[in-house]
Amino acid sequence: MKYLLSGFDIILVFTLLWLAWRLLATEDIFKAVILFISFGLVMALTWVRLQAPDVALAEAAIGAGLTGPLFLSALRRMERIHKQERRLDFDEDRDDDTHPQ
Amino acid sequence: MTPTRNDLKQKRSDPFPLLVSICIIGMTALLGKIIWSLPTDTHGLEDQVARHLDQSGATSPVTAVLLNFRGYDTLLEVMVLFLAIVGVWSLTEAPAQGRAPDTSPVQTSVVRILAPLMCLVGAYLVWQGSHLAGGAFQGGAVLAGAGVLMVVAEMPLIMDVPARILRLGLVLGPAVFWAVAVWCMIKGGALLSYPEQMADSLLLLIETGCALSIGLTLAALFVGGRPKHDLPALTKTPAPDNGGTEC
Repeated sequence: MKYLLSGFDIILVFTLLWLAWRLLATEDIFKAVILFISFGLVMALTWVRLQAPDVALAEAAIGAGLTGPLFLSALRRMERIHKQERRLDFDEDRDDDTHPQ
Repeated sequence: MTPTRNDLKQKRSDPFPLLVSICIIGMTALLGKIIWSLPTDTHGLEDQVARHLDQSGATSPVTAVLLNFRGYDTLLEVMVLFLAIVGVWSLTEAPAQGRAPDTSPVQTSVVRILAPLMCLVGAYLVWQGSHLAGGAFQGGAVLAGAGVLMVVAEMPLIMDVPARILRLGLVLGPAVFWAVAVWCMIKGGALLSYPEQMADSLLLLIETGCALSIGLTLAALFVGGRPKHDLPALTKTPAPDNGGTEC
């Protein structure tokens, strides 16, 4: 049982480091947000293993559960703004095209 | 996206990443050295907390520290959350929802089952905070999760909560906390030094108020802007029946 738990701890540590690295290195922001959520969940497990259930609860609820959706909604809003800008550019282009006629 | 050989070459010639990684490795080594050199047989303030636990009004040492011994820090934390939502509300208006045809009946019915359950779990977390793991922040976060679910599923009436009630709810936690703090001062103690025989009920009062406000604040942060139908005095439209405003 003891070896099992230490094995689990080692897996936790390396998963955390790997997730953190992937999250910082990835180019796709959406993927980074999903990685951030999974990082929060693994972090909550780590807090449980460190015998800090209070922090684990807060991490799971706030770190993974709420910050993730917050990022996602910010991302959606950013995309919407980008799309609007692009549409404006497109309209300007079309205006330019129609002018010579 | 895999970097091509050209990209790699460019990266190698750029000294900045190398410098940053050397700094990070150096910091990590330094931190590791400090952590290893710490004495391992100390208990920190554990004994002191355990000795004064019966005066704190809570049987969970974490809650005792958070709300009694270091109550000032928690008060400021609640104020920080409040300032965050004030900042967001002063920046933008909430984006229009209006995607009602997209929400599936499955989503709506799942949310209908989940939301009351989550409210119950949140309340339970606040209640058990006095003797086990839990407390205002955890309970508030679960409440906020219920709120976020309802906003995402576009439950009817959820976006039409009057701004006045929203504002009152956001202020409730900090206001209760401050009121108790000042009341303690008037009763003759220092700021936030609860009278011993009333400590447990005062802690529960603060935790309940703060959990409600934290839940509302986090959900409002998710919505990301002040409500559409804000107070008439703030939207600069003539309002004949405008009573007192809360802000």
